Amino acid sequence: MAELNLSPNLTEPDEFYAALIESHTGLTEEESMAQNARLILLLANHIGDCDTLKQAITLARAQADEGS
Amino acid sequence: MFQDRYTLAFKLYPYAKSADQDADTPVRHPVVVVGGGPIGLATALDLGRQGIPVVLLDDHEGVGVGSRAICFSKRTLEIADRYGCGAPMLDKGVVWNVGKVFHDDRQVYDFNLLPEDGHRNPAFINLQQPYFERFLFEQIVAEQENGAPIDIRGKNRVDAMTDQGDHVTLNITTPDGPYTITADWLIACDGASSPLRAMMGLDFDGRVFQDSFLIADIRMTSKSFPTERWFWFEPWFKSGASTLLHKQPDDVWRIDFQIGWDVDRKEELKEDNIRARIDAMLGDDVEYDIVWSSIYTFQCRRMKEFRHGRVIFAGDAAHQVSPFGARGANSGMQDVDNLGWKLGLVLNGTAPETLLDSYHEERSYGADENILNSTRSTDFITPKSKISHIFRNAVLDLAEHHAFARPIVNSGRLSLPCTYDGLSLNGADDLTGGPARTRPGSPCPDAPLGDGFLLDHLGNDFVLLAINADVPAQITEDGIPIRRVALATPEDATGALAERYLGTATAAVYLIRPDQHVVARWDGFDETAVRRALRTACGKD
Ligand SMILES: Cc1cc2nc3c(=O)[nH]c(=O)nc-3n(C[C@H](O)[C@H](O)[C@H](O)COP(=O)(O)OP(=O)(O)OC[C@H]3O[C@@H](n4cnc5c(N)ncnc54)[C@H](O)[C@@H]3O)c2cc1C
Repeated sequence: MAELNLSPNLTEPDEFYAALIESHTGLTEEESMAQNARLILLLANHIGDCDTLKQAITLARAQADEGS
Repeated sequence: MFQDRYTLAFKLYPYAKSADQDADTPVRHPVVVVGGGPIGLATALDLGRQGIPVVLLDDHEGVGVGSRAICFSKRTLEIADRYGCGAPMLDKGVVWNVGKVFHDDRQVYDFNLLPEDGHRNPAFINLQQPYFERFLFEQIVAEQENGAPIDIRGKNRVDAMTDQGDHVTLNITTPDGPYTITADWLIACDGASSPLRAMMGLDFDGRVFQDSFLIADIRMTSKSFPTERWFWFEPWFKSGASTLLHKQPDDVWRIDFQIGWDVDRKEELKEDNIRARIDAMLGDDVEYDIVWSSIYTFQCRRMKEFRHGRVIFAGDAAHQVSPFGARGANSGMQDVDNLGWKLGLVLNGTAPETLLDSYHEERSYGADENILNSTRSTDFITPKSKISHIFRNAVLDLAEHHAFARPIVNSGRLSLPCTYDGLSLNGADDLTGGPARTRPGSPCPDAPLGDGFLLDHLGNDFVLLAINADVPAQITEDGIPIRRVALATPEDATGALAERYLGTATAAVYLIRPDQHVVARWDGFDETAVRRALRTACGKD
């Protein structure tokens, strides 16, 4: 089982972040949600391994439950 | 006082007064089956073929109109073959392999079931449930003519049941009034709303899906639709939130519209309203007759225990799934396949009663697998929150352009038989290089053999399958015989047997159950190991 990589791994963090935000320009809230959903699915397929994906899902959800 | 709950498609077993009704004291029977749906009929057939006297009680005189189940799986056909009635089903059924998935007005993708070569039966046939039941019944009649002790009693409604510990008492109502019988074993195949389950106060918990589906089976003169499974998510014609179109025999098509939870059933079932939905879908110029229509809702749930002492539940009475995936009747047939031989051994005294606990162990495992699959399909087809709807449509949008998203599209994961991994009746897996698909617990895959097929030689009793290995013609362990089936590579013209049973091994010995599931397998013959595995498979150790 692959361990979810939580160390900095982005080659160009600022570039990535700008592209991410930019991709939502001009979208309604609903369209933005759909854009995010498509993006998640594309990335998930790239990762592939279900255990790794579940670690990420759990980690993301934990912060919602902590309310932070 | 005797009111039918539904009208009949085929009247098969008209009421006839039984001698039991005039008996002074209740007559005792070894096995009584309640319910003459597909599962009850198959149970009576399985037991009767073993020579076990069985009485089947149904509150009607045959098969109800309305097809309900239409997709029957390869495993079901294999079980029917073992009972001698697979051929007429295959003959009448429609074989299909291609499915298309649409979203709105666009085709998202298509798939082909690509059935593997070298099996007698196709992956699926479509056949109206009344035909399926009729073929089972006709086989019962054929077996009766050969002396099988099967007694089917129409218009015999079970109104009360008392569990007496080592037997049960049944109070039955007939057109001639009530009578009472007793039974050593009671098999409850009385359907999803099982009156027997209610009489025993047993729970049936699970998830209710808040959606209704309108079914219309139509006969079309137009031949413009191929023999394929077509499924629409959010179809452009707006006749439902999803829609299924699937071919059946006799030029009949199943159309299934998802119409939402809060619907006025009476209103929706008016012919004009049904036609409005169908016309929007097919166009105004298509001629058709409505053969049957109905609105159904469903739940995914199962009983906690399938066995309660001398009362055993099977089919929809024990478990219920959504229709997506065709796992209802198909899984019920696997219940029967599993229960028949076990009850046979217990009744002839060669296995302990506790063997029947493995029926619950194995079939509740199967039911859980089916519930999981059908729940996931249902969640995909009928998303229940805004975000799940958004994700569902994101999958569909991506699937239209990218192959990677297509495996996520779930319009029903079609029924496959269950492998009883890690359960108590399994023996050793000592075949180095043996294929995963024939590991202990698996249903035996078919393979061509001479003019016929491997599965023709397996089943009904325990078999020692030897491939390129010497084994004795017959072994008997504690009253239970094991029959030899010896094969060698030259008989395997297509290589399918080697691929499915040898893998990288050169020889193998398999112990196979009467329901064609693998108990254990080895590199060669070891008598002690075979005897031990047989004892395990019969619940003796
Ligand atoms: C719309 C729809 C589509 C489906 N499609 C498929 C499919 O494609 N493939 C598939 O495998 N499954 C499918 N199913 C499921 C399938 O129809 C059921 O799983 C199957 O009918 C269960 O059979 P059964 O014998 O357990 O119960 P039932 O068929 O319900 O039979 C129960 C019998 O018991 C009798 N009975 C009840 N109470 C009493 C009593 N007190 N005394 C005497 N008799 C009694 C009833 O009259 C009835 O004859 C579908 C179901 C629906 C609703």
